[in-house]
Amino acid sequence: MFQSLQQRRWLLVCLWVLIVAAIVAAPAILPVFRLNLLGRFLSLAIVALGIDLIWGFTGLLSLGQGIFFALGGYAAAMYLQLSNAGDLPNGIPEFFGLYGVKELPFFWHPFASPWFTLVAIWLIPGVLAGVLGGLVFRNRIKGVYFSILTQAALLVFYNFFNGQQKLINGTNGLQTPATKLFGQYVGSDLMQRWFFWVTAVVVILIWALLRWVVRGRFGDVLIAIRDDEPRLRFAGYNPTLFKTLVFGLAGALAGIGGALYTVQSGSASPQFMEVPMSIDMVIWVAVGGRGTLVGAILGAVVINFAKSLVSEALPESWLFIQGGLFILVVTALPEGVIGWFRGEGPGNWLNRLGYCLNILGNWLIRWGNALIRQSTAFPWLNSLGINTLGNWLIGWGHALNSVGIVRRIGTYPRLELEGQVEVQP
Amino acid sequence: MRSALLELRQITVSFDGFLALRDLNLSLQPGELRAVIGPNGAGKTTFLDVITGKTAPTDGDVVFKGRSLLGRPEHRIARLGIGRKFQSPRVFEKLSVQENLALAVSRPKQPWSLLFQRLTAGQRDQVHHLMSIVNLQNRADWAAGSLSHGQKQWLEIAMLVGQDPDLLLVDEPVAGLTDEETDLTADLLKSLAGDHTVLVIEHDMEFIRRLESPVTVLHQGHVLCEGTMDQVQADPRVIEVYLGTSEEENG
Amino acid sequence: MQLLFESLFNGVAIGSVLLMAALGLAIVFGLMGVINLAHGELIMLGAYTTYVVQLIFKLPALQPLYNCYVLVAIPLAFVVSGVVGILLERTVIRRLYGSPLETLLATWGVSLILQQFVRSVPMAYAAGLILALVSGFGLPLLLPSGWFAGARARLIRLGSWAFSAFLGVCLAGGLASQIDRIARADARNVDVTAPQWMRGGLEMADMTFPVPRLVIIVMTVMAVVGVSWFLNRSVWGMRIRAVTQNRSMSDCLGIPTETVDVLTFGIGSGLAGVAGVAVSLLGSVGPNVGGSYIVGCFMVVVLGGVGNLYGTVLASFAIGVLTDLIGAGRLLSVWPDMPAPLASAVEFFATTSMAQVMVFALIVVFLQFRPAGLFPQKGRMVEA
Repeated sequence: MFQSLQQRRWLLVCLWVLIVAAIVAAPAILPVFRLNLLGRFLSLAIVALGIDLIWGFTGLLSLGQGIFFALGGYAAAMYLQLSNAGDLPNGIPEFFGLYGVKELPFFWHPFASPWFTLVAIWLIPGVLAGVLGGLVFRNRIKGVYFSILTQAALLVFYNFFNGQQKLINGTNGLQTPATKLFGQYVGSDLMQRWFFWVTAVVVILIWALLRWVVRGRFGDVLIAIRDDEPRLRFAGYNPTLFKTLVFGLAGALAGIGGALYTVQSGSASPQFMEVPMSIDMVIWVAVGGRGTLVGAILGAVVINFAKSLVSEALPESWLFIQGGLFILVVTALPEGVIGWFRGEGPGNWLNRLGYCLNILGNWLIRWGNALIRQSTAFPWLNSLGINTLGNWLIGWGHALNSVGIVRRIGTYPRLELEGQVEVQP
Repeated sequence: MRSALLELRQITVSFDGFLALRDLNLSLQPGELRAVIGPNGAGKTTFLDVITGKTAPTDGDVVFKGRSLLGRPEHRIARLGIGRKFQSPRVFEKLSVQENLALAVSRPKQPWSLLFQRLTAGQRDQVHHLMSIVNLQNRADWAAGSLSHGQKQWLEIAMLVGQDPDLLLVDEPVAGLTDEETDLTADLLKSLAGDHTVLVIEHDMEFIRRLESPVTVLHQGHVLCEGTMDQVQADPRVIEVYLGTSEEENG
Repeated sequence: MQLLFESLFNGVAIGSVLLMAALGLAIVFGLMGVINLAHGELIMLGAYTTYVVQLIFKLPALQPLYNCYVLVAIPLAFVVSGVVGILLERTVIRRLYGSPLETLLATWGVSLILQQFVRSVPMAYAAGLILALVSGFGLPLLLPSGWFAGARARLIRLGSWAFSAFLGVCLAGGLASQIDRIARADARNVDVTAPQWMRGGLEMADMTFPVPRLVIIVMTVMAVVGVSWFLNRSVWGMRIRAVTQNRSMSDCLGIPTETVDVLTFGIGSGLAGVAGVAVSLLGSVGPNVGGSYIVGCFMVVVLGGVGNLYGTVLASFAIGVLTDLIGAGRLLSVWPDMPAPLASAVEFFATTSMAQVMVFALIVVFLQFRPAGLFPQKGRMVEA
């Protein structure tokens, strides 16, 4: 028992060393383009972590995380635009000139301060999510209703941002690469490398934070809300409060992800709030494994890499693949890849493999036996070693079958292994 | 006579004109064990819904410890000291037995304290004590969903006790249990009465008889009569609406 | 007075398109608890069907009948979307009953596939494929059931599918050779030209009513009346309602619940197809046309509540009238000398998309008072 724990600890240490090494070394190995992509996908992983918290643990399927993602992105972009606007005519960002705006709209002013911006990036989306969520949860609107309301909200915000040229440059969004931060262009390779490191560290910190949140009794309450919310009320808990809090937290995480994504992709625009983008965020979590934090991170990174690779090779086919992925994950792999690995999936699979090999082995036994019988009539067949081959494969089939069964037993709930007697209450 | 712990005054509940409860009056003394019976559709579950705040009465008032419960959300009523066990066992299936009980004994039930505080030693002892009462200490780390039906019933009762309410509302605690389990449940409920006030809703007449408690008979949303089991069984009105058919069913 | 009437008409016109689009979604949601995110794509299929039918009627042989192509397009769109919907139900949604959120995601996957399908497959071949599917599923129902008993059953089934495939290939080939416009894959938006009698406006009491809008209103009224008759008066409607209320009990009573599911979903999807005809009369049709209507449909469903046709109707018209009132800035013309800050606020919201923002805000406010929509369900079972 103790030894296995020690072993696992060693494994964990090795894993962490590997992860840190990969992060430190990534800029040296990957070309700038790929590194930038990885950085972006890691910032999307932050959003996915938030979605995992509200959907995987609490059972709230939000199709509107794009709102909070965009708000974080806009906050970062507004700061960058302002901090570089000093030399421009009127001292305001360039695009305002296109629409004849002479004076900075009032809500831009606070974003001149870097400290305000650093707080606003997560606080504004977080508070907005909390308020919207609270208004909805208060009335016990849940399930599909909640999902379609969030989608409607998303579209509404999209329309709003799209239409406001004079305030935030409308459809075009705010560009960041030509702005300077710490005296360097945001779009430069050096800055991008730093952004990558910052993003990686933030992902790990947020992963640790959420792990702490979901491991304790707070996390148990979230799971209880997912499984039986009305029952929880009768136990004296107020689910509305918990739901509002985690929805706000997920909104804040989406904001952080949005800000990091914006500085790495070069612009904050209403496209962040297009309907497909927000639903895609959900599928990252679903594929990776809802209810597992690592799954959310892996899902976001792997699927986005797959998307960029497939889109480069066969631009037409990605939507087909993605649509198929949605259907496949939901019908065949509801726990996601990580959930499948943690559950009975590999055991079942090994078991099935062993079973197949067993059938194959038996089949070969029969074949071999038939050949043995034939070989009495035709001795030259013996020299081909058919019998040995058959017996060898039978051995393998049996071996793998036992592996499968052993693996599967490991996944059973612990039955009376310590000699307990079944006690009826 | 002490003042009543719970009092229902002229409660009427109407679902689109259908009266699930009409002019229901009932009062419970502290420490009392009371059984409520009634044929299907008599309004037994609606009656619990009204007390726990799930359903708002169309008319009338519910008074608990001298305070009206009307308009209070469910979780506040629960925090005032009313616990409820549901008809079919409702435990949190994905959580372990221990976690289920930990949620029940946690206090205060606010996000911050759940995040930043651990269970106190006393609360941990309570969880272990509850598990030993219902014989689930060997199942502490099992997911509640993998328990048998009877074990779930008992886990829910244990959660109810862990909440430490003044009033326990128990809806059909022995549905689907074996005879032996039924007897044990009756003993458990009797032992709870005294410290707590217990209200049991049940169909099983043998079980009610074993509780040795006053019985209230509901019929069509109204209290038909009250008394001991023997008195109630002798009442001609009760025989007419209830026991006659019930005995036929039991054959 | 005239102003009021005009704005009311506009509101009703917007509302009836919304109602047409939301009707199928609301039925499927109300009866089966399933939100179909591919509903918008079913609308799109209906619109494309109209387009194909219109092109077919432009062929020399059918030219004289061009004016009534809409009458052909409506049932055809119903069948096309209905069949695709049934296929969707049989293959995907059936596995997911009882988990609405998963259904939501799976149907989104379907909608992505359908969108990309119309982008990359020429319409002629799509039409052939759909004809093959319709006839493949339809033939066993049409042929005498005796044929499908006994040893020959497999052969006959195979034969009917082969025949269907043949039909499909013929249609695809024929269309592709005759109508150049639908022979290649084309992601551009297409325009459906309305027949002569549907253009222009109808003059009445100093006002002009655009005819396409009137036609859509008539279509909507007929659809609502038809659906409410079907659900409340017909035998199958009763079965559908029975299954909605208690599935296992209905099963025990001998109601074929699977058939009921198929029927409900087929009708809901078919109505989306009819909505597609209406949508195609209003503007150009593209692969994304469904997406622009689906969120409006959601608002109708949220506002109208579950399982109540009147709620859906009322919600659609309320949203339609509100959208028109806000989007066209009509308050300004009613009350020209309102205080300046108010006037600028009204002006701020006086575009279609900003009106949607305002309507959404109003719905959220409304939900604070009536969380379950206009006509909530009551009783013990609601939160079971």
